[in-house]
Amino acid sequence: MSITEIQEEIVDEFSMFDDWMQRYEYMIELGKSLPMIKEAYKTDDNIIKGCQSKVWVHAELVEDKLVFTADSDAIITKGIIAILIRVFSNQKPADIIEANTDFIDEIGLKEHLSPTRANGLVSMIKQLKLYAVAYQTQLN
Amino acid sequence: MAAHTLDIEKIRKDFPILQREVNGKPLVYFDNAATSQTPKQVIDVIVDYYENYNANIHRGVHALSQEATDLYEQARIKIQKHCNAAKAHEIILTSGTTHGINIVANGFSSLLKKGDEIVVSAMEHHSNIVPWQMLCERTGAVLKVIPMNENGELRLDAYDALLSNKTKLVFCNHVSNALGTVNPIKVIIDKAHAIGAAVLIDGAQAAPHIKANVQELNVDFYVISGHKVCGPTGIGMLYGKEEWLEKLPPYQGGGEMIAEVTFEKTTYAGLPHKFEAGTPNIAGGIAFGAAIDYMNALGFDDIAAYEQELLQYATEKLIAIPNLKIYGNAASKTAVISFNIEGLHPYDIGSILDKLGVAVRTGHHCAQPIMDFYKIPGTVRASFSFYNTKEEVDVLVSAVLRAKAMLS
Repeated sequence: MSITEIQEEIVDEFSMFDDWMQRYEYMIELGKSLPMIKEAYKTDDNIIKGCQSKVWVHAELVEDKLVFTADSDAIITKGIIAILIRVFSNQKPADIIEANTDFIDEIGLKEHLSPTRANGLVSMIKQLKLYAVAYQTQLN
Repeated sequence: MAAHTLDIEKIRKDFPILQREVNGKPLVYFDNAATSQTPKQVIDVIVDYYENYNANIHRGVHALSQEATDLYEQARIKIQKHCNAAKAHEIILTSGTTHGINIVANGFSSLLKKGDEIVVSAMEHHSNIVPWQMLCERTGAVLKVIPMNENGELRLDAYDALLSNKTKLVFCNHVSNALGTVNPIKVIIDKAHAIGAAVLIDGAQAAPHIKANVQELNVDFYVISGHKVCGPTGIGMLYGKEEWLEKLPPYQGGGEMIAEVTFEKTTYAGLPHKFEAGTPNIAGGIAFGAAIDYMNALGFDDIAAYEQELLQYATEKLIAIPNLKIYGNAASKTAVISFNIEGLHPYDIGSILDKLGVAVRTGHHCAQPIMDFYKIPGTVRASFSFYNTKEEVDVLVSAVLRAKAMLS
């Protein structure tokens, strides 16, 4: 599936929820199911420092696609990471560079991407794209 | 402690913001340690200034400038009386606590030499750590830290051991922002003076709860922010003893702080203008004075009595929640509760509380050394003010229970 198709699928899923409680409960579930980053990759080098919750991201190229794994010490943050990974992992670097993240707003989680929340997510998206740029250069 | 005589429902009507909703729920504002809300009486003063007196001060010959100058200088006198400073020119109006600390830290650059020592407490806000580290880098002075115990109290025995004839300065907060601990500053000041060191007390967190008397404390410098005492942001006070303020060089150059300027040499203005370069926050200064009036009209004894009641009520309710741990259990503390629930991240709890209309602070509260001491990433901090109620504490408690159920 393309990045846009996955985003549409997620927006569809979230449209079933009536209120924030259900959205948060779903995110918490997603957070618990997040495929863990290997402990060996949970290094200081891979940490994206938000003010409050820690986020680790690891990227590797499998054939022509980028595969991300990640983790966080906060569960709601993990839920959002799980969503971001579903969207961006297993995609071509060029597509990741081009992708936008407006769907986060559509599923009612915009507040978590505000820099004032300082949860590292804004930096995380930036980091995913930076990885994509780096690997794209390598592919070229 | 004596019972208070405050009419809380009446007081709440002074604060327009307390009527609003957040996420469809009535706002419960428990982030008072970050900033206090502003009563109508103070907001009106700001509006009145811009509608009727807006002019640059200390330099105009016209009526508006005179009136604005008078109001601004009256505010300085209100603040002087409030903290019982001996002279009005010992009150420097700053942009806030951080600015006040930086004026002093910068000034001491020329008074310290390599090997001198400065002592700071383990429970400082970053704003009372970083300027001193920078001062150490500039001068070669060494920073020493007064440790704290598990309850969040400073270890005075260790403080004694740190003091020597090398000690030139001691810095400590009056009240810890992360834990609410009220520090024994009179003891800290007297011991520092006994070996000839100067003392700066960061009163930012004490100011909303405790009326500090700078002459009685015999403190050398005391700093506070207007926005913690129902005033606007961008204004604060640096109190300094005249002899010290005379000794320190100016922090910033500019207009207002000069006596005479030629390209060969500039002579500086006297106190307080020497430290007030540029056009100040005039409306902010006047409103700061109005905020002090507002707090004094309520009375600090009554404010403290009521807040202690809230603190006790909230502490009892919160510790009844299984696996909830409170950080900071000092014998003397202000109405601040820092807590965590075992296995849950403070950010997650704070996010859900926000959805339920409860405003708290989460994170390290700009006091990372304290978080390192307890080996935690941060806490949830609920901080109370005189306009909060026990009913709001009940809302907090049920919101915490709900967050816990959702996150566990």
